[in-house]
Amino acid sequence: MSDVIKEDQVLDCSGMLCPMPVVKTSKAMKELQSGQVLKMIATDPGAPPDMEAWSRQTGNELLRSMTEAGKFIFYLKKK
Amino acid sequence: MSKSDPNAPKRLALIASKGTLDWAYPPFILASAAGAMGWEVGIFFTFYGLTLLKSDLTASVSPLGNPAMPMKMPFGPEGFQNINWPMPNILMANVPGFESVATGLMKQTFKNKGVASVDELRDMCVELDVRMIGCQMTMDVFGFKREEFIKECEVGGAAMFLEYAADADVQLFI
Repeated sequence: MSDVIKEDQVLDCSGMLCPMPVVKTSKAMKELQSGQVLKMIATDPGAPPDMEAWSRQTGNELLRSMTEAGKFIFYLKKK
Repeated sequence: MSKSDPNAPKRLALIASKGTLDWAYPPFILASAAGAMGWEVGIFFTFYGLTLLKSDLTASVSPLGNPAMPMKMPFGPEGFQNINWPMPNILMANVPGFESVATGLMKQTFKNKGVASVDELRDMCVELDVRMIGCQMTMDVFGFKREEFIKECEVGGAAMFLEYAADADVQLFI
């Protein structure tokens, strides 16, 4: 079992398709302080590669990406 | 990085040349995704693409002469929804109102699947400071007036857009 990551904010993008999860995540991250963590939940199968690219492009670290009960969960740390 | 300034964010330059509903999605989807990644984005709306900047967005789609377009029903059981209905040209060309029915079906199918509407995507682009440039020449040719377009757009010509695109990292024609 890996360490539990504590999120500061949760964003549920279930049911949304591209580009909404990316756009909503970017919006939610703007509200956070540097170092805070956003937990984003999505059902779009395109979300994992998109969130990896988004993280690389924006410099906000993708701490963890996992699948739970058919949902994709991402922990993103604001740079 | 833009070539003239090593510290500038990445830049995407798009040309939106088509105004039907099916072709309205790609420029707004790519632009909003790039904007969400912190990129600078500019879209040049020209020829039929210019209509995507109208305040009153009325983009529709015609399956006629669009042979690759899947015709799907946005209601009923999943198996029924996944059927790709064959639509002979002779039928599409002769049934009055076929285009508005097809447009309605496409909008509903996209909505059911969780895709934002073209209006919503465009609003997001505005919010993300995407530069939207309407082609002056197209306005003149089709007799459109500035007041018919959203106030957030600019009006310009080929040289203005090319100068912007010359410094872009990604340039796409849609």
